[in-house]
Amino acid sequence: MTPRSKGRATKREPVLRDGPDLTGSDLEERLEKTWSRPRGFIGWLASVDHKEIGRRYIFTALGFLAAAGLLALHMRLQLMFPDNDILGPSAFNEAFTMHGTTMMFLFAVPVMQGVQIYLTPIMVGTRAMAFPRLTAFSYYMYLFGGLFLWAGHFLHFGPDNGWFNYVPLSGPQYGVGKRSDAWAQTITFTEVAALAVAVTLVATIFKQRAPGMTLARMPIFVWSTLVTSLMVVFSMPAIALVSGLLLSDRLVGTQFFNPVEHGDPLLYQHLFWFFGHPEVYIIFLPATGFVSEIVATFSRRTIFGYPIVVLSLVGTGILAFGLWVHHMFATGLPRVGYSFYTAASMAVSIPTGLQIFCWIATIWDGRPRLQVPMLYVIGFIVTFVIGGLSGIIIAAVPLDLQVHDTYFIVAHFHYVLIGGAVFPLLGAITYWYPKLTGRMMSERLGNISFWTIFLGFQLAFFPMHIAGLMGMPRRVYTYPAGMGLELPNMLSSIGSFVVALAVLMFVVNMAASFRRGERAGPDPWDAASLEWATASPPPWYNFAHIPAVESRAPLWDLKDDLPVVHGLRVDDRELLMTSVISASPDVREPSATPSIWPLISAIAVAVTFIGSVFSPWALVFGAAPVGIALTAWFWPKLPGPFAEPQIT
Amino acid sequence: MTRLPAFSEDVSNLPDHAFGYRSLTWWGVIGFMVIEGTGFGLVIAAYFYLMSLEQYWAPRPLDPPGLVAGTLFTIVILLSEIPNTLVKRAANAKDLPALRRLLPLMVAIGVALLVIRGFEFNALHVLWYSNGYGSIIWALLILHTTHVGTDLADTVVLAALMRTAHGETPRRFVDTDENALYWRFVWLAWIPIYILIYWLPRMFR
Amino acid sequence: MTRRGLIVCSFLLCLAACSGIQTPLGNSGADDSSFIRLFVTFLVVCTVMYLLVVGALAGALANRRRLLTVEEGTHHESSPWIRRALIGWAALIVAGLVGLTIASFFTDRAAAKRAMRPQFTVKIIANQWWWDIIYTTPDVSQAVHTANELHLPVGVEAEVSLESNDVIHSFWVPNLAGKQDLIPGRTTDIQLLPTKTGLYRGQCAEFCGIQHANMALAVQVESREAFLRWIAQQRRAAFAPTTPTELAGYHYFTTHECSSCHSIAGTPANGQVGPDLTHVASRRTIAAGALPMSSGNLYGWVADPQSQKPGNKMPTIGLAPNELHAVVAYLQRLK
Repeated sequence: MTPRSKGRATKREPVLRDGPDLTGSDLEERLEKTWSRPRGFIGWLASVDHKEIGRRYIFTALGFLAAAGLLALHMRLQLMFPDNDILGPSAFNEAFTMHGTTMMFLFAVPVMQGVQIYLTPIMVGTRAMAFPRLTAFSYYMYLFGGLFLWAGHFLHFGPDNGWFNYVPLSGPQYGVGKRSDAWAQTITFTEVAALAVAVTLVATIFKQRAPGMTLARMPIFVWSTLVTSLMVVFSMPAIALVSGLLLSDRLVGTQFFNPVEHGDPLLYQHLFWFFGHPEVYIIFLPATGFVSEIVATFSRRTIFGYPIVVLSLVGTGILAFGLWVHHMFATGLPRVGYSFYTAASMAVSIPTGLQIFCWIATIWDGRPRLQVPMLYVIGFIVTFVIGGLSGIIIAAVPLDLQVHDTYFIVAHFHYVLIGGAVFPLLGAITYWYPKLTGRMMSERLGNISFWTIFLGFQLAFFPMHIAGLMGMPRRVYTYPAGMGLELPNMLSSIGSFVVALAVLMFVVNMAASFRRGERAGPDPWDAASLEWATASPPPWYNFAHIPAVESRAPLWDLKDDLPVVHGLRVDDRELLMTSVISASPDVREPSATPSIWPLISAIAVAVTFIGSVFSPWALVFGAAPVGIALTAWFWPKLPGPFAEPQIT
Repeated sequence: MTRLPAFSEDVSNLPDHAFGYRSLTWWGVIGFMVIEGTGFGLVIAAYFYLMSLEQYWAPRPLDPPGLVAGTLFTIVILLSEIPNTLVKRAANAKDLPALRRLLPLMVAIGVALLVIRGFEFNALHVLWYSNGYGSIIWALLILHTTHVGTDLADTVVLAALMRTAHGETPRRFVDTDENALYWRFVWLAWIPIYILIYWLPRMFR
Repeated sequence: MTRRGLIVCSFLLCLAACSGIQTPLGNSGADDSSFIRLFVTFLVVCTVMYLLVVGALAGALANRRRLLTVEEGTHHESSPWIRRALIGWAALIVAGLVGLTIASFFTDRAAAKRAMRPQFTVKIIANQWWWDIIYTTPDVSQAVHTANELHLPVGVEAEVSLESNDVIHSFWVPNLAGKQDLIPGRTTDIQLLPTKTGLYRGQCAEFCGIQHANMALAVQVESREAFLRWIAQQRRAAFAPTTPTELAGYHYFTTHECSSCHSIAGTPANGQVGPDLTHVASRRTIAAGALPMSSGNLYGWVADPQSQKPGNKMPTIGLAPNELHAVVAYLQRLK
């Protein structure tokens, strides 16, 4: 049966498909028209292009990094001397809370997801993400959540109880005002965004890979994206739940955490850390993905032990869910239970230890070139392993009970987060910058920024191990003189400014290279994966023809040509779905066109969420606009005059 | 190096829609079910945690929730799987007339369930702000209600769509099939929640 | 290399810290010596593993000179011995972790065994931002009530029961033991067995609000005789005022705002909200470590507590100068 548009005679135009008859610049022109978005501000807001959204995520996350970094500098100024008075207790408590909350929810996870959104389709050889409008919606939810939190901070209702915001301090009795509500609702925004992106990434990776790219031929970064996204799906509901329960206790009087009325403050901690521990691996595993890609390219060989690296990613992802009680060793739970979590916390380092071996083995048997991305990998190994080993130390209960909630812990997590995630991120930005912009970053300035941040980081954070061992607890706005804390704090404060300087140099490098960097072709680093087979920056449609692969390192194993499949529609957005395991071509599906409804839906949801901080009725009244916006978003477009015969 | 394309397979003969795991949106629905299922699992874990702090459950002197409304809801929602399966079969067979009859029926069932749900809230014999027990059973019931509500909204939109020209597009049949799949999740999730709200508070007095 | 230098420096700094009053490295409690042993064990094993990793990395980078002449196209080859090295590395990691886990387990068990023979109990109730300390005895009238300062006899195991009146705090005297949280709605406990006399410092180690940084605890470990003398002195009712100024201060205290929060044994002042002040002048610090005890600091505190410890629960009343003199004089009488 031929679909008809209402009332109009159906004009059947020939369906244009790519292939030997339609290739080259002729094809590219038509693809450009189909896959680009309307010009202008509204068109920009309505974009569903994954490259554009990925870039937005990365820039917004870097903005939040800068904001949280400035807070850190302010705190370090206060802690430079004992009994200092630059920041009073109220301002300091807001500062460390905003620093932690921003870094964890508004920088670390979004920047990793942003890079994943940008790279995944071009690494697997497709034209778009699985759910493009959902991705656009996620960005707006993330942005609105971040703006809400910082608006709260500037309007003096920002959170001030630490990034984990424990009850009863954050509960209805002791958490005065709207501060904890602002924290909890920001979480809701960012968690909805992260979950939506995670589902999209999983669907893209499972269904849209290039023909021939079996699971065993996926780039390691794609594996890390898959594992991380699955971890997000299983862990983020916990933080959504706990922030919801907290809001409920505060706004409508439930008693989940009130011990007087059969609730329990420790329930909060269990739910929070059930999310909180996997969260740090959600930040770390994509960084290991970066490292694998960079090590392979800059050693000029495929990663050693691919199956081991993949199994390590999966193993870490699973084990990460069994460790959360190690954040609660001081709460007085039964000691025999703690032993299990000590063993599990030790065990989780085994897969990472194997990955480190594989990276070093790749370098050993490769022909390493020490360009800037590779320097960051070296900095990562030298720094992250210290953090990992301090983690082994605190996995032991007797040791943790002394250093828990001291600066030793602050040192540990900055070593694993900055050493283990930020260094690889800076390397990754340098590595993929030519793909995003078509230009290279300055190698000389890159070198200087690397050494500055590497050395500045050690100066800032190593002394914190000492400060913790000398009795300095966390989250204190000052400390008394005469306890030996002056020297470590002074060194840390100086170091923090060196780190800030290095970050500034890196950002200057990014900005200046945009105009003046050396121009880059499709593959400036001579790398192996599919994203380097298309132009820099890639066109709207990513690839003129969908590539097919036959190995793990397609660009190294092929000669001058690139096998491609053909036959996809050119006049309408169409994607190729392949089967999950063996990636053989299966179905053609349409891809969503640009639309303003994701933004309008995000605004409706944001108004509902923010309103609910002030009155629970907002949830009821907000449901209608949200429902309307979502319906408009999903309302299908009428089949156009190009509709082709059905194939059954 | 600009590489020349070497044409291999022609994919133009592949179908432009598919049911089940071959469809992209199926993965989205499954993803959503896993997320919500994890959420339910965590609330259930919190339920057992709070229960472990008590000697009696429901804590004295509270009465357990009244059985009538909850059991009626359970019966209706389990029976609703019959028309739901018919919807799924009709969608797979692309039987538009059947869907135009069945979808409004599912909408009516959804509305009836929400009405019964209102009576359930009334019969809990405890308020959400009284104590931890009250808070957690209200939480379980509210969470499930939001899923019934959103699936109902989805079904309303689909029923409307099937009456327009869109009803003839194959992809809408896939959407209907997936909506029916989601309804299965909604009543499957209800079974443990029903036991936790209505039966456990009777067993530990 | 800078890395090794930093490690040596840290050891030296640690040794310097051994004389610290708020450090687990002070070796002044029974738990502490086992902490130091375990910590050094972990540190040694971890340093060895770290040097292996960094050494291998350095070797891999040094290796590159040798391979510069290899032809193009060898993207996938590996040295044959690397697979064996991987198995060896995995075995080494597992062995190391198992060893460390066992060491940790045995240290924990030894501490638990030791903890089964306490000889007396102290109850500590944490409040936003001070410590309420009660030496309990079977005869309730003999209980000693003090605040922010804990005395312990050396060599005697004390059982400390921990509760909280408001939010989660954490009791931490690193020179004596690891920390234990005080959680509202439940009672936790910790066993302390001091082995060296001296004055130590504890501090709340769980963020508990605006003045979390100023919730310290002075801990005096002394000989049994000195401890019993101290307890006996604390058990006495408050000294009566002798001079007219002190009498005026007593009068103000017991009839105005002060007694609504504070209690002084043997007087009508019976407030339960703030610290007990019966022997306040015998304490080393004011306001849970915020200020050292001295005449000037006492004046400053009573006159304007909000400027000394902003956000704390004691309001600034705005005493007239003669009232201030009187109250402070009376407080200084309460030794």
